[in-house]
Amino acid sequence: MKLSSLSSLSALAVASTLVLSACGTESTTPGEKGDPRSLTVSSTADECAVSATDAPAGTLDFAVTNGGDEVTEFYLLAEDGLRILGEIENIGPNTSKTLTVAVPEGSYVTACKPGMVGEGIRADFAVSASDEEVEVSADEAVLITQAENNYRAYVQDQSAQLLEKTKEFVELYESGKDDEARALYPVARQHWERIETVAESFGDLDPKMDAREADVDFAGGEKWTGWHVIEKDLWPARAEGYRALGTTQRATFADDLLANTTTLDERIQSTGADKLDYPIDSIANGSRGLLEEVATGKVTGEEEFWSRTDLWDFQANVDGARIAFEGVQPVLETKDAALAEQLTTRFAELQELLDSHREGDGFVSYDDLTKDDVDALAAAVNALSEPLSLLTAAVIS
Amino acid sequence: MTQKVSRRGLLGGGITVGAAAGVAGAFAVGRGTAPEAHAAAPVASYPFRGERQAGIVTPAQDRLHFVALDVTTGDREQLIDLLQRWTAAAERMTQGGSAGPVGPVEGSTDLPPDDTGEAIGLPASRLTITFGFGPTLFRDAEGTDRFGIADRRPDALEPLPHFSADIDDPARSGGDICIQACADDPQVAVHAIRNLVRMGFGVTAVRWSQLGFGRTSTTSTSQDTPRNLFGFKDGTANVKAEEGPALDEHVWVAESDHAASAWLTGGSYLVVRRINMTIEVWDRQPLGDQERFVGRTKDSGAPLSGGEEFTEPDFDLPGRGGPIIPVDAHVRIVHPDQNDGARMLRRGYNFVDGSDDIGGLNAGLFFIAYVRDPRTDFIPVQRAMAASDALMEYLRFTGSALFAVPPGTAPGEYVGQALFA
Repeated sequence: MKLSSLSSLSALAVASTLVLSACGTESTTPGEKGDPRSLTVSSTADECAVSATDAPAGTLDFAVTNGGDEVTEFYLLAEDGLRILGEIENIGPNTSKTLTVAVPEGSYVTACKPGMVGEGIRADFAVSASDEEVEVSADEAVLITQAENNYRAYVQDQSAQLLEKTKEFVELYESGKDDEARALYPVARQHWERIETVAESFGDLDPKMDAREADVDFAGGEKWTGWHVIEKDLWPARAEGYRALGTTQRATFADDLLANTTTLDERIQSTGADKLDYPIDSIANGSRGLLEEVATGKVTGEEEFWSRTDLWDFQANVDGARIAFEGVQPVLETKDAALAEQLTTRFAELQELLDSHREGDGFVSYDDLTKDDVDALAAAVNALSEPLSLLTAAVIS
Repeated sequence: MTQKVSRRGLLGGGITVGAAAGVAGAFAVGRGTAPEAHAAAPVASYPFRGERQAGIVTPAQDRLHFVALDVTTGDREQLIDLLQRWTAAAERMTQGGSAGPVGPVEGSTDLPPDDTGEAIGLPASRLTITFGFGPTLFRDAEGTDRFGIADRRPDALEPLPHFSADIDDPARSGGDICIQACADDPQVAVHAIRNLVRMGFGVTAVRWSQLGFGRTSTTSTSQDTPRNLFGFKDGTANVKAEEGPALDEHVWVAESDHAASAWLTGGSYLVVRRINMTIEVWDRQPLGDQERFVGRTKDSGAPLSGGEEFTEPDFDLPGRGGPIIPVDAHVRIVHPDQNDGARMLRRGYNFVDGSDDIGGLNAGLFFIAYVRDPRTDFIPVQRAMAASDALMEYLRFTGSALFAVPPGTAPGEYVGQALFA
């Protein structure tokens, strides 16, 4: 179960409307008094004091200190006062945060927003021409919008398939066709696992649908429902003294799972004002998050404790992570081509390893893996996860 | 090494905490390795006997060896005899003396020494030895009153329930008796446990044990707040030795608490939780996320609502998209204000037990907390944490135990004597 939500992840975003790419070059002329690209901002209830009103073009640092009693924010806006070049949120009282943003020659507006309300305290800010080149990529906004739309379409498609397969699955299970239900179980769950980080962002549904038995606080009055209850009932071999569920109980758990899956799908397919947004940083975070799911649950064989179908989930998490990565890859190519290449290679290496455990349309049981197999998979997951943890920052830089 | 009872240089009697006049002298008499890096330590040794057991409000030492034992005999007299021998040994070892009355090299060459010897030349290292009794000492799983003390078991001394995300492992949980040895030198702590375990063979057997290498809590305002293996300061809001009223309210068992358990008055409950951290996954979290999970800055430990480390968090301060201290931040979930004022005296240690099956660090926090009543000061907080703490994603609870810690041992008594009186 993942407790972080999409909304909290998106707080990371500098902005999904970025149109500039940072160069990350070193600051100029050491030895002069102060670096003209290093600015300080003092934000109080009624003041937004920037240490200078101008700077040479290049990568600018605004070190913002909040001297007020309320949370403040700092923005660098284009001349029109609307388009955001960079922002930094959630600066608590008596704390500091630094906004780093690449800025070409032009006229700009700085703004502090103590209390996070209103237009903020604004001032003009000028950036003069310099030797430091700032690349402006007009296409980047387009690439970002494409990535966000593509990812939404992917999530919606997977959710629709999950609903369809779940319907089939619960029908088989309720009518006692256990062999067929067992065959469909890992297939249906792949659609869940591919979008697990999105599904888990619905904190009211995830515990009802995907809780493992150990996750449940029975003494505290919690009830265990969802996929893994049915899993245990279908694969009771490892359960000591287990009493199979009766027809009525089967129907109760099956109907509950289907109802929650339907609710999940309705939310994911929402349109208009309720439409779900997938900012580019949350797509990148989602890719990382899916690999974490692999590292903590699948590679250790804990997720599918009864059915031992962990490798199906493993593959589905990797699928989802790769799709998310590939979605943001065009943006990443313009920022850090070397990282893009490394991630591509590492995804391929992990996939090759997974493919060696295929059997028929799916995978061997987790129990069929040797210690060496598991070690190799864990090492490949680590090898991919380390550079993947750099993805979000690179994409939004 | 001519003194019969001293293998490490006689330190004299225990020197009371805070007896400033004794500080210089206490350091001066240590004959082995000089006490290092503990300029703030008020004393070189703590007495075993006193109103309370040492090792609770005592300024947390840097090293831990903790053992949980099962009693293997059904003979009450043998158990009492062991408690008496343990008391004498603990009294000697906490003063830098040997485990047995003879010493590591002073006895007959035809006999195995009654002290194992690895602490020869080492100072007392502020060793404290703290004993506790588990629920199963009173009645076993079949309900048998093992030592005629079942009617003295306080109601609060029930095995801890299964919390969500607990990985129940009997080999790392429970126990009839626990011994916590804390010292500034790991060899001294290990020496103490090793010798006490040895003395117990035939009466007790080790159920599980745990080494801790770095304290993660401060129990005194004289100490800096240390960091856990997440890299964050831990235990900032701990109940501290200087908070007399808070200790009475949250740590020490009062006479009125348990009518049938007067023996525990002035004692406490010891909650133990072995908490594995998924270190490798945590290390890949962006700094901003880590700080939001915890609700404090990594640098100073200040709450995200601003100020310094010890500034009270402002949970209502709005931030973008919700309060600036997120609703699932650890500092919010476990804060006394969110838990009917529940507080505890934490005394945990970092641990690294090598690597796990897939090459990850087998590491985390060996959580130790002393509370007046686990039903009000611990269980609700753990339950809230399991239900909604953002850190849970990176934690696995792999061991769990509860013990009743009797009050201090008076001169002429043995530890826990009132329970058997």
